[in-house]
Amino acid sequence: MRETESARAGRGASAASVSRPGSRYGPGGPTRPARRGGRRLATWLWGLAGIVAIALIWEVYKLLGPADGVVIGDARVLPRTTDLAMPHVWDMIARLGEPVTRSASAQPLWLVIVLAALSTLGIAAVGWLVGLVVGVGLALVMQRWRIAEWGLLPWIVLSQTVPLIAFAPVVKSWGSRVEIGAFEWQDWMSVALIASYLAFFPIAIGALKGLQSPDVIHEELMRSYAAGYWQTLVKLRFPAAVPYLLPALRLGAANAVVGAVVAEVSTGLQGGIGRILIQFAGQASGDPAKAWGPIFGAVVLGLVAAGSVALLGVILGNYRRTEEAS
Amino acid sequence: MNHSRRRLATVGGLALAATLAFTACSASGDGSGETDGGGDLTPVKLQLQWLPQGQFAGYFAAQELGYFEEEGLEVEIIPSGGDIVPQDALANGDVDYAIAWVPKVLGSIEQGANLTDIAQIFQRSGTLQVSWADSGIESVADFEGKKIGSWGFGNEWEIFAAMAAEGLDSTTVQIITQDFNMNAFLQGDIDAAQAMTYNEYAQLLEAVNPDTGELYTEDDFNVISYEDTEGAMLQDAIWADTARLESDEAYQDTTVKFLKAVIKGWVYAAENPEGASEITIAAGSGWGPSHELWMVNETNKLIWPSPDGIGIIDEAAWEKTVAGALAAVNEAGAHLITEEPPATAWSNEWIQQALDELEGEDLDLTGEGFEPIDVTLEEGGN
Repeated sequence: MRETESARAGRGASAASVSRPGSRYGPGGPTRPARRGGRRLATWLWGLAGIVAIALIWEVYKLLGPADGVVIGDARVLPRTTDLAMPHVWDMIARLGEPVTRSASAQPLWLVIVLAALSTLGIAAVGWLVGLVVGVGLALVMQRWRIAEWGLLPWIVLSQTVPLIAFAPVVKSWGSRVEIGAFEWQDWMSVALIASYLAFFPIAIGALKGLQSPDVIHEELMRSYAAGYWQTLVKLRFPAAVPYLLPALRLGAANAVVGAVVAEVSTGLQGGIGRILIQFAGQASGDPAKAWGPIFGAVVLGLVAAGSVALLGVILGNYRRTEEAS
Repeated sequence: MNHSRRRLATVGGLALAATLAFTACSASGDGSGETDGGGDLTPVKLQLQWLPQGQFAGYFAAQELGYFEEEGLEVEIIPSGGDIVPQDALANGDVDYAIAWVPKVLGSIEQGANLTDIAQIFQRSGTLQVSWADSGIESVADFEGKKIGSWGFGNEWEIFAAMAAEGLDSTTVQIITQDFNMNAFLQGDIDAAQAMTYNEYAQLLEAVNPDTGELYTEDDFNVISYEDTEGAMLQDAIWADTARLESDEAYQDTTVKFLKAVIKGWVYAAENPEGASEITIAAGSGWGPSHELWMVNETNKLIWPSPDGIGIIDEAAWEKTVAGALAAVNEAGAHLITEEPPATAWSNEWIQQALDELEGEDLDLTGEGFEPIDVTLEEGGN
């Protein structure tokens, strides 16, 4: 392990990290794994404690808060505490176990939510991948030519100010006209496209920052080795970009999920969490606990998406030493 | 070496997982209501104005029972979400037909859309304004100065048309935008809430009264029906592209076939509300069985009886809708339309032809024998 690392550094592969303090000590001292395992357990416990705390605050406020909520002036700053506005935590959990409707073929609510969440996750993943390709592609172009950065960057920032509700129907409308040979545009692709539209932004910005991060001295070293653009890119810029790219990818994953859910609501796509979100919201007067199910589903979905990126971080662990050191 | 190979394998695994997710998506996308036709069926896209629900039961019945296919059509029924406006989708050429309320499309026509009402499926307005029984709001005349609920997006014009007819000042009302349920009304944020007979009114009757622990009953509410006021406007109609209707013979032919199948679908819904309700649920509607059945039954009441035949546009009702749309001024002082719509905005030509072609068959095209059923709503519509 140690040998390959130093050999690699000697070859200049991770030259970017050589100069940073911390990296010099290499990964993994003898006490590291045990300490890390303990820390991971603690992280989970704290996460669990956070959820329990929220549930407690919810119930305590529901018990003690005024039925009409807390109103200051004309603005209600805290919600009503009625069963309609704030169902009991246990009611919401119990509702998850009951069938969606009284229909004989109805599945339990939790299953419907899980299936919908998986469908949305799939669409968001496609959107994320497209966003990754587009984002890194744009970053490469912008890094290579300064003039492209000047020309493109303002537009990339501007792109994020277009409201989704204006954007979604247009995408759907374009999509319904796309038909190339046997390929026919599917509605879920419109949703994936909108997800990618939100996802590419942090990825492009993060990748650009990362590709630009190697010190001039390292670039000059590469040049002195007569390394071309591609070699410099693969051996220097990409490894150096990893610590910048990973947080950007995580942001991108969360954005892709938000984009997918909103686009599903917007275009009425069947099968995803966005659709059951509005469907069950319509039933909230008679079945208040039911409407919260898809909301929990969407929260878990966002966590899973961001968590999947952490997995990428493990694979790319070798390139993350500067990130860990700082 | 070993190291990088392992990494390569992991990356490969991830790529494989992503590919699987990708194909899973496309597989589920394929299943979205499209039936694989036997080659020479004419593809038709119908845009609804909301999610699948009993309001559209006739179209789903025509789909499920093969009426479209019998006419040689392969129809894709496209639900709408929050931001898909059916008449815009139709005007853009994304779809072939669209279901939309007449006043909303009149607004779009004045903005330049070239659309024709080819079948007035709902003969009467299903909009209510619901208030508490003890609120003192018993007619439109009591609206001034009140907090009036509406969904907005063109659903509010009946309120203003009715107020204009009573000579009331619409700028005195505070319009509160309602969301997908009746909670704002139940919690007292709205004095009189907009409700469709087939949906939101049922939502109220499915909700538990916290004072009694029982469901609310009709006695708890005052109900103002716009159908009884001057503000009544025509609602669900089938819209077609005017230019294509004029010049495209294949489209004309498809239009008549499409309407014939739709008529059969609605006749089925009138005679088999339970069956139509089950078909709608199978088509992806998320309502509980009792709510869905209520919806189909109330929708039937808006369609039947149709004395001149289902879908025929009653000129007097059309004129009333136009007059209301011209007179209505919203709370911000804006108008829906400022001039009469063009003559191409409606036509009975196609629906009449469809009715004539169905004449010989054993179908009750006017709803003479229509009898609504009694539906008992369960808590939460389940």
